[in-house]
Amino acid sequence: MATKTVIEALRDALHQEMQRDERVLVMGEDVEEGGVFRVTEGFLTDFGPGRIIDAPLAESLIVGAAIGAAINGMRPVAEIQFADFIHPAMDQIISEAARMRYRSNGAFTCPMVIRAPSGGGIHGALYHSQNVEAFFAHVPGLKVVAPSTPYDCAGLLKAAIRDDDPVLFFEHKKTYRLIKGEVPEEDYVLPIGKAAVVRPGKDLSIFTYGLAVHQCLEAAEAVAQEVSVEVVDLRTLAPLDKEAILGSVGKTGKVLIVHEDNLTGGIGGEVAAIIAEEAFDYLDGPVLRLAMPDVPAVPYSPPLEERCLLNPEKIVAAIRKLAGY
Amino acid sequence: MVVVKESPGALGLTEGDLIEMYHKVVLSRALSARMWILNRMGRAPFAITGDGHEVAQVASAFTLKPGKDWVVPYYRDMGVVLTVGMTPREVMLGFLAKAADPSSGGRQMPSHFGHAGLRIVTGSSPVATQIPHAVGIALASKLRGEKDATIVYFGDGATSKGDFHEALNFAGVHSLPVVFFCENNGYAISVPVKKQMAIAQVSQRAAGYGFPGVTVDGNDALGVCAASKEALERARGGEGPTLIEAVVQRLVPHSSDDDQRRYRSQEEIDAGKLADPVPRFKAYLEKEGLLTAERNEEINKRVAKEVDDATDFAEKSPYPEPEEALTRVYGSVEG
Repeated sequence: MATKTVIEALRDALHQEMQRDERVLVMGEDVEEGGVFRVTEGFLTDFGPGRIIDAPLAESLIVGAAIGAAINGMRPVAEIQFADFIHPAMDQIISEAARMRYRSNGAFTCPMVIRAPSGGGIHGALYHSQNVEAFFAHVPGLKVVAPSTPYDCAGLLKAAIRDDDPVLFFEHKKTYRLIKGEVPEEDYVLPIGKAAVVRPGKDLSIFTYGLAVHQCLEAAEAVAQEVSVEVVDLRTLAPLDKEAILGSVGKTGKVLIVHEDNLTGGIGGEVAAIIAEEAFDYLDGPVLRLAMPDVPAVPYSPPLEERCLLNPEKIVAAIRKLAGY
Repeated sequence: MVVVKESPGALGLTEGDLIEMYHKVVLSRALSARMWILNRMGRAPFAITGDGHEVAQVASAFTLKPGKDWVVPYYRDMGVVLTVGMTPREVMLGFLAKAADPSSGGRQMPSHFGHAGLRIVTGSSPVATQIPHAVGIALASKLRGEKDATIVYFGDGATSKGDFHEALNFAGVHSLPVVFFCENNGYAISVPVKKQMAIAQVSQRAAGYGFPGVTVDGNDALGVCAASKEALERARGGEGPTLIEAVVQRLVPHSSDDDQRRYRSQEEIDAGKLADPVPRFKAYLEKEGLLTAERNEEINKRVAKEVDDATDFAEKSPYPEPEEALTRVYGSVEG
């Protein structure tokens, strides 16, 4: 098994899918020369200009044309250069892609992937750091995936491309070169909609995703002598893996939800509601959320950025607070 | 405006074709009339039709290869969908929101046409969102070396949206096999075209995207046919997109929830009626000796029967089961 960075895992998985299925094409900004994060490096040589297409700087067009290509039998992967720039395409994603199947009573479908690097911690400030997943997790008809490891990125990207519905695929850009892991050579897919227990524990459950998974693992290790923390990587945010969430709560009775997206209206609220409705009897303390404060976006200056984003110390403090109940 | 003086023969149209075009025009108008009556009787909550657009719709769609070329319509395009093969029954099933409605199974508002078998692409209510879909469809056909063309219809209001401009730009860059067909009736609900753009004609937009734009009289069946045929031939021949602007009249309010007397003078509304394309097309066919009194009577009877049959059929057809509302949100994962 090869050890790869997240970027390498994504590049290889996308490359393999394009080799496997000639319906797969990539559209986005700067993708022909490899993209700003180099995910499609070398693709132009390998696949030619028809299947790797530099789009004008027009996100609604990128998504809208990808929808058209999907209607006409292709499996497009639309790349939004930064998740922060996805908003001009909201109408296409929500009014069109998400509703294609429903509004045509199943006659038309929209098998496409929208890849978007998201998240902060790279001095990206307000417009290169956002987490936008909650907007889309709210929309039935869309699937939302936010993997955290090279293994999951490869397996879930392949699953997303092979899925018959539109999938929003959010990659935390700080994990791109920071996180390395083993990725099998052989073809594999991971099911969309399945969480993973990435650290078993018995006293307290953390539900998280993206870069925060790694920060939570570090925090759990730091408090290992005091409290046994279970870390659950949600991996898919829509549909949420209720079974995994309820299973972990049943085991520990205490819940901390951690996400880098801001607090209000985030995925954490939905996870907390599921637990309140279906696991109330198991709870041994309040359901706590640790998230970015409700400021409009991540600021640039290092002290400001650090104040807003997560780190293992903040997570340790939240674990201790909850463990004390 | 380009005044096209075309002869049917030069366009490859037979006498039978012209009569069939007229039939579709009359059918479209009659179905619309029935919809408005049903709405005013309280038997349908909403109606939105394209009265005044029919000749432009039917004449352009008549140049398509049904089931092969992709058609991306908007909500006024009953004439288009009837011409490429949707039946009056199918149209009425959608109007009355019945389970068997092929467009949406009764999920969408009326006139949101779609038919997978006929390659009529499902649409939404936000305007212009379908235009990027059309270029994506054309892109896929071009990549696979297929010879079909895509035609996308929209109103003048849609030309103000970013999606219109982004899509035309992309189609120009990649020289895609797509025809942009604007039905310019002069109004985006109540906003006149002079408040939507500072240029005289929608077709002028094409110059900014590097392909031809042409304005035609949407009431001139042969002129519309000629422009559509040429644009589709350009598309199929790898010569890229064309923007066609068909100037038409909106003879009815925007929808059954609109009262156009609030923003249009009576004189203007009356003048619009004088420019009704249906009697004009009829007069042309009579002058050419193609439409005799007997033939006209035959068409009128046929249409009346088709409209009655479609209405009865759709009214007797069942609504969807309530639980249907919860289905077809997602499909299954490909194996």
